[in-house]
Amino acid sequence: MQGIIGKKVGMTSIFDEQGRQVPVTVLECGPCMVLQHKTIARDGYEAVQLAFEDCREQRMNKPELGVFKKAGLAPKRRRFEMKLEAGDSPKPGDLITVSMFEKVAFVDVSAYSKGKGFQGVVRRHGMRGGPITHGGHSKRRIGSIGCRELPGRIHKNKRMPGQMGNTRITQQNLQIVKVMPEDNVLLVRGAVAGSAGGIVLVRKSVKKGAKE
Amino acid sequence: MATKLLEKINKANLRKDELPRIKIGDNVKVSVRIKEGGKERIQVFSGVVIARKGGGATETITVRRVSFGEGMERVFPLHSPSIAKIVVESSSQVRRAKLYFLRERSGKVARLKMADA
Repeated sequence: MQGIIGKKVGMTSIFDEQGRQVPVTVLECGPCMVLQHKTIARDGYEAVQLAFEDCREQRMNKPELGVFKKAGLAPKRRRFEMKLEAGDSPKPGDLITVSMFEKVAFVDVSAYSKGKGFQGVVRRHGMRGGPITHGGHSKRRIGSIGCRELPGRIHKNKRMPGQMGNTRITQQNLQIVKVMPEDNVLLVRGAVAGSAGGIVLVRKSVKKGAKE
Repeated sequence: MATKLLEKINKANLRKDELPRIKIGDNVKVSVRIKEGGKERIQVFSGVVIARKGGGATETITVRRVSFGEGMERVFPLHSPSIAKIVVESSSQVRRAKLYFLRERSGKVARLKMADA
């Protein structure tokens, strides 16, 4: 299995064997249920659908409920698809727990960042803005956004004011500090995007391999 | 639920032995375990506690000392396993929680009034 669904609990710090203080994010991950196994023959691609967090039956619409009925599971609120690894043969109802990370050193964590609303360029892109004093008229403005007749248009991806935050952020190569299977808890070094209570996807790192 | 988990993790990080009661303005000796090339030795840092920050497993004290005319401050996480012990040598009578004003003083004015025993 490639990863697991979890919830950000908050941050704290713990001491490692050398007595150093390590900042960690506490992620409550799983236990997740396998809901569906998508196959090339039926769906055109290979994946496994995981479900997390119980919810009431009336929160589901009928097609959703049907999927759970078919798998013989109680309704769950969060559902995500994960890629399969070689040798995986998931069956609906299989339990995925945090102990899958016991032999893993690094993970990638995806989550929705905290929304900051519509922000100007100084906050959103770190631009310096214009002069505040000496009669400055462009205090927090963007300044020039391009040239004149050549190219005669604004370049694509020109950094401008707009919505900041509330986007899906993936942080790669976060070190696993501790796995606590009895609490379904994963401790990851450093910060993870989003607020406490937010849903996170924890996957094995694509760039850094397993523990030797 | 969420805060209970955090509390549990923090609790596991608290030190097992008791530290003496440390107050702001105390003169303390902090014994720190230092690893050097596989060997472990203990270094003592003595000075006056000028600040106390944080709570639970992340609580720290800031210890200030003046050695060879140069002010020096070190922040110690109270629950760090590398802190072997802390001894309170004497206490002072202070009126504030943070003694940052000591940084601007040197010599006689940098002394603190001793607490009544």
